[in-house]
Amino acid sequence: MYDVIIIGAGVAGAASARELSRYKVKACVLEKEEDVCCGTSKANSAIVHAGYDAAEGSLMAKLNVLGNKMMPQLAKDLDFAFIQNGSLVVCTDPETRPGLEALYERGVKNGVEGLRIIERDELVEMEPNISDSAVAALYAPTAGIVCPFNLNIALAENANVNGVEFRFNTKVTGFEKIEGGWKVKTDNGDYETKVVVNAAGVYADELHNMVSDKEMKIVPRRGDYCLLDKSAGKHVSKTIFALPTKYGKGILVAPTVHGNLLVGPTAIDIEDKEGTATTRAGLDEAITKCANTVKNVPLRQVITSFAGLRAHEASHEFHIGELEEAPGFVDCAGIESPGLTSSPAIGVMVADIVKGILNPEENPDFVGTRKGVLNPENLSLEERNALIKENPAYGNIICRCEMVTEGEILDAIHRPLGAKSLDGVKRRTRAGMGRCQAGFCSPRTMEILSRELNLDMREITKSGGESRIAVGTNKDSI
Amino acid sequence: MKAYDIVIVGGGPAGLAAAVSAKNSGVDSILILERDKELGGILNQCIHNGFGLHTFKEELTGPEYAARFIAQVKELGIEYKLHTMVMDISHEKVVTAMNREDGMFQIQAKAVILAMGCRERARGALNIPGYRPAGIFSAGTAQRLVNREGYLPGREVVILGSGDIGLIMARRMTFEGAKVKVVAELMPYSGGLKRNIVQCLDDYGIPLKLSHTVVDIRGKERVTGVTIAQVDSKGKPIPGTEEDYDCDTLLLSCGLIPENELSREAGVEMSPVTSGPIVNESLETNIEGVFACGNVLHVHDLVDFVSEEAGAAGKNAAAYVKGERKEAAGQVIKMNPIEGVRYTVPSTIRPDQMEDKLTVRFRVGGVYKNCYISVYFDDERVIHRKRPVVAPGEMEEIKLEKAKLLTYPDLKTITVKIEEA
Amino acid sequence: MDKRELICIGCPLGCPLTVTMEGAEVVKVEGNTCKRGDDYARKEVTNPTRIVTSTVMVEGGSDVTVAVKTRNDIPKSKIFECVKALKGITVKAPVHIGDVIVENVAGTGVDIIASSNVE
Repeated sequence: MYDVIIIGAGVAGAASARELSRYKVKACVLEKEEDVCCGTSKANSAIVHAGYDAAEGSLMAKLNVLGNKMMPQLAKDLDFAFIQNGSLVVCTDPETRPGLEALYERGVKNGVEGLRIIERDELVEMEPNISDSAVAALYAPTAGIVCPFNLNIALAENANVNGVEFRFNTKVTGFEKIEGGWKVKTDNGDYETKVVVNAAGVYADELHNMVSDKEMKIVPRRGDYCLLDKSAGKHVSKTIFALPTKYGKGILVAPTVHGNLLVGPTAIDIEDKEGTATTRAGLDEAITKCANTVKNVPLRQVITSFAGLRAHEASHEFHIGELEEAPGFVDCAGIESPGLTSSPAIGVMVADIVKGILNPEENPDFVGTRKGVLNPENLSLEERNALIKENPAYGNIICRCEMVTEGEILDAIHRPLGAKSLDGVKRRTRAGMGRCQAGFCSPRTMEILSRELNLDMREITKSGGESRIAVGTNKDSI
Repeated sequence: MKAYDIVIVGGGPAGLAAAVSAKNSGVDSILILERDKELGGILNQCIHNGFGLHTFKEELTGPEYAARFIAQVKELGIEYKLHTMVMDISHEKVVTAMNREDGMFQIQAKAVILAMGCRERARGALNIPGYRPAGIFSAGTAQRLVNREGYLPGREVVILGSGDIGLIMARRMTFEGAKVKVVAELMPYSGGLKRNIVQCLDDYGIPLKLSHTVVDIRGKERVTGVTIAQVDSKGKPIPGTEEDYDCDTLLLSCGLIPENELSREAGVEMSPVTSGPIVNESLETNIEGVFACGNVLHVHDLVDFVSEEAGAAGKNAAAYVKGERKEAAGQVIKMNPIEGVRYTVPSTIRPDQMEDKLTVRFRVGGVYKNCYISVYFDDERVIHRKRPVVAPGEMEEIKLEKAKLLTYPDLKTITVKIEEA
Repeated sequence: MDKRELICIGCPLGCPLTVTMEGAEVVKVEGNTCKRGDDYARKEVTNPTRIVTSTVMVEGGSDVTVAVKTRNDIPKSKIFECVKALKGITVKAPVHIGDVIVENVAGTGVDIIASSNVE
C-alpha cells in the first residue's frame, strides 16, 4: 500500500511529489500521458506572476505571492531557466486608468513588493516598442518568466531521485474506499493508498466527483498562442500585459527564457478536455490584439502556434484541501493561472496537508538539488572542448536551429524520468523547438531514440500513444 | 588558429561547385565545412531524375549529380570536414566550427563562401490552425525518411503547397504504396515546375487544387484528417467551400527560406525579398571577401544554375584572395527590379569588376502571359524579350555584356521589369 | 485531324506542345524549343514512357537504402509493375552508381541500376 498517490504529473502534481519526498512516505505519481508536463503545464504563458491579480485574501493571492518569492531559489536548486524580467500592465486609455490604481492597491495588499505606476516617458524608456497609445503602466519588478517544461521536469526528476515512483500511460478510472485509504483503479491495474492527491488539471473535477457529492465543474478555457523566432525575442524585455478594457482582457506579449517572443493567449471556454486545437479566429485574435500594447510586433516571424487549456473553476480559486466527505482524498484543483507561479507553494501546501494526515518522519536522505541537462552554450571554449574530448557526442549538433548536441539528447533520454518521444526530447533540450520546427532534426532524433531505447523506428512517437512518426516501411503495402 | 585562403560553409551543390571553381582558378588552400555525414547536401535525398541537363547535357538523379562534383572535389584534393557545424562567422572572417573529433575550433579565412542552402517553411509560419498531432511533415523531411531511411511517413496523404519537393513527394509516396489524395495550393498558380505537375500529379491522377488551403487539422495523436477550403483573392478561406479529407499525413511544401542565421550574425546585409544576402556582380556581400551562392543567396529551381552561380562565386573568391582584382573605379550601377520583377541577383554591378558576360537572375511576382522582359539602361530600353508565360515558380535570367556596359560610363540604374504585350 | 496539347517534361522549361495527329500518325509537333521536345511529343502520344526512380534496402553499408533508377525510360503502363519488382530486394554494400540491381525489370528489357553510392 502506498502512503500517497498523486494523480497527475503536471507542475502541481510534480511540486507536491517533490515536497512530499522530503518525508519518509511511499509515494507514487500516476500520469495518463507518456511523460510529465503534458497538459496545462506545457502550454501556457510561462509567466511568474507578481501577484497583484488575484483577489485580496484569496488562496490564489497567497500562493501566488509565495510562489513568486520561492521561484528564484528553486530555479537555482533545480537548475531550470528563470529570469526575473519584470512585468508591465499597460493602460492605453486614460479612462481606464483607475483600473491601474486598483491593481496597484490590490497588489500592495497581496504583499507584492516593488510595485509602482510609471508614466509614459519612463515606460517608453523601458520598452521602446510600447504602443503609441500607452499612457501609463503598473510595473512589477518581481515578475518573471520561466521554462515551464523544465520547472515541471525538474520537480518531477527531483521527486523521483528522492524516492517517488512515477507510472506513465496510467489513467485513473475510479476509486474505492477501503480500510485505511483508497483503492485507485486505473486502466493499468489498481493501486492501494492511504492518501490520494488529485492534481489532475482539467480532469480534477471528474476525479473529485467520483468521491464527492459536492459537485465540482472545471471548464477547459482554451488559450491560443503564437511563438515568434528568436530574432524577435528582444522586441520587448518585460512581460507586457494589457489593462483590461471594456473590450476585454487583452493579449500579453512576453519574451521567453530562451529568447523567443510569445504572443497570446485568447480565452475561450470549451467542452473538450483535450481540445487543444488552435482556431483561425483564436490565432487572428492573438495576432491583432497584441498591437494594442506593443507596436510593430514582427508577426512574419511566427514559428509555431499552440493552444493550452486552463483548468478553470467558476469561483476562480485554487481548491486545495482534504475533502471532509472523503477523508484521505486531497484536492489540488482549479489550478489555473497563476498556477505555474504558485506551484512551489502549492507543493508545500499539499505536502503539509498530507503530513497532517500521515505524520511521516522526515527523509534524512532528501537531496534538494538537481542538475538539468547540461547546455554546452553556457561553457567557455576550453570547458566545452574538454567536454567534447570526454564525450564526443557534445561535439555533434543534431538540432541546428537551437544548436542542440547529441550529448544533450542522450542526457535527456538517460536521466531519471528520461525522454521517450520527440516531444519529450524537445521539452528537455529544445531540439526541434526552433525555426525549422524539427524539419531537419526529427529523423536524426528518431534514430537516437531508436538506438538508445532499442525501439524500432516505427515505434518512435511524437508524444506517446498512437502519435507514431513512421507508419511503415517502403513498399510494405504493395 | 588555423588559416585557409577560402573557407566554404556547406558541402552541398553550391559549396562543391564553388570549391571546384576556386581550385581551378588557382587557389589551393580551400576547406569545405559540411554539417552532414557526406558531401552533396540535399541532392543525396533527391533521388528523382531531371538534374544535370544544363551542366552535363544528360539527365541525372540528385545523387548522381552530386557524385560528379564530389568526385571532382576528391580528385582535386580539396580538403573537407564532415559532421562539422559552423557555429559562427565573424566580420573578420574567423569561422568557428565544431565536430566530435576537433571540438570547437577556429579558422582564419581570407575569403568565406556562404553556401548553407535553405530550409523549408514550417507549419507554424503558415499559421494553420488545428491540433498538433504526429503526421505533419515538411515535404523534405518526408523525403529523407522515405529515400534515406526506407520508412513510410504515412499511407493517406494530403499535400499543402505545390512546391517542387511536394510534387516530387506526391509521386514518390505513390510508388511506395501511399495514396495521395490531393495537392492544395494557396496561390492561383503552382509553385513548382510545370513538368513536375505533369509527371508527378497528372500521371497518377492526383488532383491539384489551386487557390485552396488547409483550414483545419484533425487528430490528437496522429493526423486523422484535414479540411481544405477555397481562398479568395486575398488568400482568405471562403466559408462554405470546406471539404474534409480523411488522411493520416499532411505534407507541407510551402516554400523555402535561405538559412542565413550565420550570415546575419556576421553582419551581412540581407534582402527582405529573397531573405538572402545582398550581393554585387561578384556575388560578394557587403563584407569584403564574403561571397554567397546557391539557395542561401536566393532559392533556385534548378541545381544546374546553383552550380553555375557557385562556380562564379568560387572564381571571384579566388581572384580576391590572389589579389587579382582590379581596384574598383567607382562606377556602381544599381539594379532596379520593378513592375512584376521582385528582385535581382546581383543587386549592384561594377562594370570594371564584372565578367565578360554576367547572368542576372530574378523572379516575377505573378503569372504574366505573352509579356516582355524588358531591361532599361537608365531610360533606354536595351532588352525587350518576348515570353509566352512567366511565373513565380520559375526563375528568369538576363545576360549583360561587359563590353556594352562599358559604353555607358554614366549609367546609374538598370531597370528590369515585365511589360505587357 | 486531332490536336493534342502537352507540356514537355524533357527539361525544366516545360514548353507547351501542340501535336497534330492524323489517326495514330503524328503529323506535326509545334511549341517545342528543342529536339527533345519533338521526341517527347511523338512518344507521349503513341507510347508514353518514363524513367522510374526508387530505392532498395542495403545491408552492411554506410546507408540503409540505395537509390535506383531504370537505366532508360520504360512504358508508363509498366511503372507500378516495375516498382513492385523492387519490393523486398536487399543488396549488399558496397553498391556503386551504375551497378545493376534488377535485370530486365518487369519484362521491359530495361535494367534497374543503382543511382547512388553506398560504401
